[in-house]
Amino acid sequence: MRRYALRFVALGYLAAILIAPLGVVFYRTFQDGFASAWEALSTTETIHAFKLTLIITAIAVPLNTVFGIICAIAIVRRRFPGKGLLNAFIDLPLALSPVVVGLSLFLLYGRTGWFGGFFERHDIQVLFALPAMVIATIFVSLPFVAREVVPTLREVGDEQEQAARTLGASGWQTFRRITLPSIRWAVIYGVILTTARCLGEYGAVAVISGRIQGQTETATLRVEERYDSFDLAGAYAIAIVLALIAIAVLLLMTLVKPREGTT
Amino acid sequence: MSIHVRNVSKSFGDFSALEGVSVDVAGGSLTALLGPSGSGKSTLLRIIAGLETPDLGEIIIAGEDATGVRVQDRNVGFVFQHYAAFKHMTVRDNIAFGLKVRKRPKAEIREKVDELLKLVQLEAFGHRYPAQLSGGQRQRMALARALAPNPEVLLLDEPFGALDARVRAELRDWLRRLHEEVHVTTIFVTHDQAEAMDVASQIVVMNHGRVEQIGDPTQLYDEPASEFVMQFVGEANRLGDRWVRPHELDLSPDPAPGALEAQIERVTRYGFDARIELVTADGSELLVQVTRDRLEELELVAGQIVGVVALNERTFAGR
Repeated sequence: MRRYALRFVALGYLAAILIAPLGVVFYRTFQDGFASAWEALSTTETIHAFKLTLIITAIAVPLNTVFGIICAIAIVRRRFPGKGLLNAFIDLPLALSPVVVGLSLFLLYGRTGWFGGFFERHDIQVLFALPAMVIATIFVSLPFVAREVVPTLREVGDEQEQAARTLGASGWQTFRRITLPSIRWAVIYGVILTTARCLGEYGAVAVISGRIQGQTETATLRVEERYDSFDLAGAYAIAIVLALIAIAVLLLMTLVKPREGTT
Repeated sequence: MSIHVRNVSKSFGDFSALEGVSVDVAGGSLTALLGPSGSGKSTLLRIIAGLETPDLGEIIIAGEDATGVRVQDRNVGFVFQHYAAFKHMTVRDNIAFGLKVRKRPKAEIREKVDELLKLVQLEAFGHRYPAQLSGGQRQRMALARALAPNPEVLLLDEPFGALDARVRAELRDWLRRLHEEVHVTTIFVTHDQAEAMDVASQIVVMNHGRVEQIGDPTQLYDEPASEFVMQFVGEANRLGDRWVRPHELDLSPDPAPGALEAQIERVTRYGFDARIELVTADGSELLVQVTRDRLEELELVAGQIVGVVALNERTFAGR
């Protein structure tokens, strides 16, 4: 009986919080038929918004993957002053509201900000353009790879790496042939989470993009813009595509994740 | 290739792991670093390998100063206690690793791996993964892997420590035979004095980061340089400030007046030998080793009070 109660609570909670809203969005989107949803999706602005989201993700994910792996190795394998700080700062994006991140970038790259003057003199547009949106997205999706890789690296230990060194492998050979294969699932898992976070970013990008339609509007910003313009069908359709991507990412994660205990 | 360790010191924070250690290892020899845990023996081995850097002193391998040479350029084979098998590679790929990173031709690698698989008797297991091997097989694979790049020196850190007694004894014999075949200068670390005595031609006894004595097994047993060696290598009895090996004590059923007396607690027969455990009047324990013939001659039984006579004894300067 108790078992059923536990299941009921868990599944009930999921249903109320996650599945119901998702279901409603699906229902609303296709309420007026597939054609109208397709029409809403195929406008130039919407297509541009998706493209922009993908471009930002394609830049942020590789950068954060490399950085995350480097950070994880530094945290687990090296001793240096300030290591504790690095470890704590990596989690900062999880604790900080994205809006605050956006605001701080605004202050940093704005005309009177620390870096703002430099970029203005060199005629580089950072705010209200791709650079700031990429920086904001990198910031909010920073911790995932490092957080996945750190415990795996700890668990694997460094004996295999030491063995590789005694066998004549250079630092890079050791990393590529020994370290990377032993953390690969953690890296893949981290990449998937990072991707999901990048695709869904809203708050920070909303602050620093300027939300110019067809220029600096990402898919998530587009959803809100459509909603505010009373184009509910359009908003739902875009939301659905984002939701489908998220579900695909989650499925991928489940498929890719090795069965427990096989690595 | 000879190895010379000159005045090496190493500390980890406040802990002094090695203090002015010097050891000479002749080319082609089989040497054991023997000591209790925390004696610095593994640290010394890792410094020879280049896995740790000494704070002071130098390492000379084959006549050349290797102190500043990086691990990967030192050409040492290293075998870890817990195998350090590359889990994502097959046995063949594990063994081939050192040759692949040196970019040797494929045909040469294949030939060398075949040869080593045969040497460590794992021909049938080349395509398995380490997880599919037993502990002994894994350690043999690790050995083959270490030997593949033709190292000048083979270093083994408690190589049999994680194995059960039977496999341990087997691998011990096997290592000795392997050394006769390959003749690479070999140093292994162990805390098991029987293992060191059984395998090595030279034993370096270490304690508290210092070398207590260097010698062959007979020297260590017959002429220990300190109380520590006396106790740690082989068995020893303490009579006041004198020390006696168990076979250097004799018993007499009717003790002469003034002779040391002790009561027999237990008599154990081991093939040719018999071991007799005794307790003296002041409560200290003694172990005596006599031949079976002598035991039968004396007709000793548990509970009997006998006289104990030392045939040979040693004293050590207080330290």
